[in-house]
Amino acid sequence: MTRGHRRPKFAESEGGAQAPLVNAGEAVAKGGRIGLAAALTIVAAAAAMWAFMNLMTQPSTVAYAASAGQVNVVMQTVGSYGKGDHPTWVSYLTKDAAGAWQHTTIWSVPAHTRVNVTIFQYDSGSPLRNQQIGQVTGTIGDTASLNGKPFKVYNSNSTDGVGHTFSIPTLGISVPLTGNDPNATLCAVAPCTTNFPHNVVTFSFMSPGPGDYPWQCFVPCGLGWLYGNGGPMGTVGYMGGFMRVSA
Amino acid sequence: MSAAPDSSSSAEGSTRHGVRIFAIWIVLAIVADVLWIAFAAKHIPPGRMSSTATGAQFDLNVLIEMVIPVLLGVWVYLVYAIVTWRASRGGPDPVGGEAARGNTTIEASWIAITTVIVLFLAGFGTYELVQPEGAGGAQGPNPIWTPSSHTVLQVQAIGQQWKWTFRYPSFGGFETNNLVVPEGATVQFNVTSLDVIHSLWLYQLGVKADANPGQNNVAFTTPQQLGYFNVRCSELCGIWHGAMYTTGKVVTPAQFETWATQTQAQLAENTALLPPYSLTYTPDANGADGGYYPTNDPYSPSETYGATAPAGS
Repeated sequence: MTRGHRRPKFAESEGGAQAPLVNAGEAVAKGGRIGLAAALTIVAAAAAMWAFMNLMTQPSTVAYAASAGQVNVVMQTVGSYGKGDHPTWVSYLTKDAAGAWQHTTIWSVPAHTRVNVTIFQYDSGSPLRNQQIGQVTGTIGDTASLNGKPFKVYNSNSTDGVGHTFSIPTLGISVPLTGNDPNATLCAVAPCTTNFPHNVVTFSFMSPGPGDYPWQCFVPCGLGWLYGNGGPMGTVGYMGGFMRVSA
Repeated sequence: MSAAPDSSSSAEGSTRHGVRIFAIWIVLAIVADVLWIAFAAKHIPPGRMSSTATGAQFDLNVLIEMVIPVLLGVWVYLVYAIVTWRASRGGPDPVGGEAARGNTTIEASWIAITTVIVLFLAGFGTYELVQPEGAGGAQGPNPIWTPSSHTVLQVQAIGQQWKWTFRYPSFGGFETNNLVVPEGATVQFNVTSLDVIHSLWLYQLGVKADANPGQNNVAFTTPQQLGYFNVRCSELCGIWHGAMYTTGKVVTPAQFETWATQTQAQLAENTALLPPYSLTYTPDANGADGGYYPTNDPYSPSETYGATAPAGS
């Protein structure tokens, strides 16, 4: 074939007569192909929309209002949430203003307000991979209270270790949450009640200016995940969330 | 149709155009380079907060100073050609000049100029890569280009999902979230990781070093200005990688001494629980409830990074 030679519209049949390359059936097939392409496009767009909507879905926000210039945030940690899509995942829960436990790790507080945090820790613990996070930092007085007793450092290699931390890295806040006796019958379905073994950790800090501040647990507690840092450790609503500070 | 141009007048015309283009180019290139040095050079990242940052800024400016004449050479020729040899509406068709093929002068000049530029950049880049003290890049556990200063402050940067902590072996080995370094002192960063690969990026100090578990990666710098600098992880290390940042600070030597001494005392209780200072660590196998940390230590000189058992336990 020479350069620039175009594909002929007709091909020669065996008898030498010219026959059309595109017949009626192929013309219909062409229309069908267009329809199929349109249908696939719609399906792909719908799938993309579905994926986008799912990615955009996030837990609800518990709003805390200030009272006498202070905000009281209450949370709990449980070794396994016990229901839903991930019943075996470790998780935080947040108590809303009405006193009901919500499966969310997003909560809002006013700016420049004293935030008093109470965490009911229902999970077991272990030695920390880095004892540096066994100390309390960033809170008022760099101190916290464990079952009513103030502490600044907790040796994670003693007694029942540390189960989790509550940490807001951008504010330098980090508080270790001591573990419970693993041989006891621990709460396995959230929300847990105080009938189960637990530790109560309280501390306070001043909220900063408006913005979203990520907080998380720094103990690799994602059971069964590589380095313990996958699954619940990487999912908002379980072991990490946001403190939304409003003006 | 226009008559073929006379060859002598054609050569004369080419020379005239060449001189004009060269004159315009050389003037513009000098002016642009001078303007760059006067107004833009000092703003080029990463700034001049440290010896290594100053070096990186200088390197970028040298490259830009060389790029500007090359860029202008192309643009001046392009604009000159469009203005001078364009076909005017209703006028005669433009007449082509001599073919460049076989023009020994052009070919030799082209090869010589580009060769000189490339060889210079190769030599310059290689030299700048090793000074000062490795140009802020990490050199592995046994650095080749070391500082001449005899007083080097050791600071260990430990990456872990998802935060940086810093140990100061000269002050009892305390470990803190805060990176504070003194102005004028050469700092040796010993960078390692407790889990996956991270990368320590001290942006305004011009320091960047991968943090590998079980490895010590050394980088040097000498802070030259007081102020704050960004501390980031520049290696995608997991879901909260984007939140793995903090702010470091360069202070006066007196302020640093005060801060380090006070922090050493303040963190003494926790420092006593840390493993002894070591260049690498293996995370405690028990340090993650669900993790897959190794149960044996593959790095014999490492310290296991777990809290020490209390006395009598």
